[in-house]
Amino acid sequence: MEEELIVSGRMNQMIDPHLHIWHWQISLYLFLGGMAAGILAIAALYFIRGRENDYKTAVRITPFIAPFLLVIGLLALFIDLRHKLFFWQLYTNIKLQSPMSWGAWTLMVITPVSFVWCALHIKDIFPNWDWKYKWLYDLEAFFNKYKKALAWVMLIYAIILGIYTGILLSAFNARPLWNTSILGPLFLASGLSAGAAATLVLSKDSKERKQFARIDLVLIGIELFLIIHMFMGFLASTQVQIEAAQLFLGGQYTMSFWIFVVILGMLIPALLEIMELGKFHIPVVIPAVLVIFGSLMLRFIIVYAGQVSRWLY
Amino acid sequence: MRYAMAVDTRKCVGCSDCVVACQTENNVPIGFCRDWIVEVTNGTYPQLEMELRSERCNQCVNAPCVRCCPTGASHIVDGGIVLVTHNECIGCGACMASCPYDARYPHPDGYVDKCTFCIHRIKNGLSPACVAVCPTKCLYFGDLHDPNSEVSVVLKKRKSKTLIPEAGTDPQLYFLI
Ligand code: SF4
Ligand code: SF4
Repeated sequence: MEEELIVSGRMNQMIDPHLHIWHWQISLYLFLGGMAAGILAIAALYFIRGRENDYKTAVRITPFIAPFLLVIGLLALFIDLRHKLFFWQLYTNIKLQSPMSWGAWTLMVITPVSFVWCALHIKDIFPNWDWKYKWLYDLEAFFNKYKKALAWVMLIYAIILGIYTGILLSAFNARPLWNTSILGPLFLASGLSAGAAATLVLSKDSKERKQFARIDLVLIGIELFLIIHMFMGFLASTQVQIEAAQLFLGGQYTMSFWIFVVILGMLIPALLEIMELGKFHIPVVIPAVLVIFGSLMLRFIIVYAGQVSRWLY
Repeated sequence: MRYAMAVDTRKCVGCSDCVVACQTENNVPIGFCRDWIVEVTNGTYPQLEMELRSERCNQCVNAPCVRCCPTGASHIVDGGIVLVTHNECIGCGACMASCPYDARYPHPDGYVDKCTFCIHRIKNGLSPACVAVCPTKCLYFGDLHDPNSEVSVVLKKRKSKTLIPEAGTDPQLYFLI
């Protein structure tokens, strides 16, 4: 290949020599959004399938984390904006071609829905909860009546949110590492896996824990499959994408990706979960925390590495 | 109307006059730039070849920066120039991440900024500041739809290339080779 050596250049701060515009805020936001999406999707799914009583923690308790995750995520996103005073412009426009736009609108729907879902189950956590005002009781009754519809809305928007956290990046043709459609499903699987891990930590019911360990195992399998698929896609593609893949195959991000994301975040928790299912006694917190950590690292590494990968010219 | 620019890589001497003219004309904050010089060495030793290019936003026809912008602040106006409306921009950086040429920068005032082909000047019949100031006259500007415009004429006469055509952005900054 012909080499182009850029000798003199420009001085565009935060762009040269590598793009450095997105930092921890975006990675954190993608992680929190993905995990919230995972929690809410699982809760909605089990509710719709009428398994609420079998998986009480997943349907009623774990969702209480979601609003926190979403609000902190939104805060991180807000901190990242440089022109903060104009953030409302996000909500005066619907730009179907911009993933960031539909992400903003998805959050606009799912955040209040997650609050309502928690409100409907608040008596599971605080049995003496009193809404104080009659209209709040009326509202509760109203949502209880349409809970199934609410669960459907929650399921659909949670899945959109989970995929969106990946598609946000994959829409950037200018960054070869991000520009793969695998990121959507990969981030969705990783978010679901972090969501399942949250239930694994919170649940006291051994049947439920077993079920979620199994779910997590399947999700880890899917993630590994998608990662392999992603590299196959890169390596069979153009020079810029091959070079993007090499960031993880010998390049700058090799160690962090394989150690934190794949080994610590997927293989070891999978092994521990298999041992747990095979009746060895392992504190479930360990694999669960590892899975959540791996899911966070996946976002960090992909966001940072993506900004290093570029077209050559 | 389709504004475009052609840069003669054989005439450019890399003096950076275009850069300074742009910074003055457009009040570009210190430490940033809307256009820049790239000095490139191609080939394998001993067959080396140097190329000098004055680069800026390519005013892409299929502009990914416009597509990714969630607020519509980045938009295309008549003549194909890509502009950013300052008080619609939230500074999210999506456009910067989507530009394969890294042609945008975050203005310290919060919004994202880039080359405008000096739209305020061309509206008044002037040429962009970089074109006006170039001592070797290696920048050509005009309307591609007008066969007699400077840029159309020179593009017909000379061989040219665009940068990263494979990114599919359809850039409108041509380099005469
Ligand atoms: S060069 Fe970059 S900023 Fe300019 S129109 Fe193309 S993508 Fe947008
Ligand atoms: S930084 Fe401004 S112009 Fe760029 S995509 Fe975001 S809102 Fe649009």
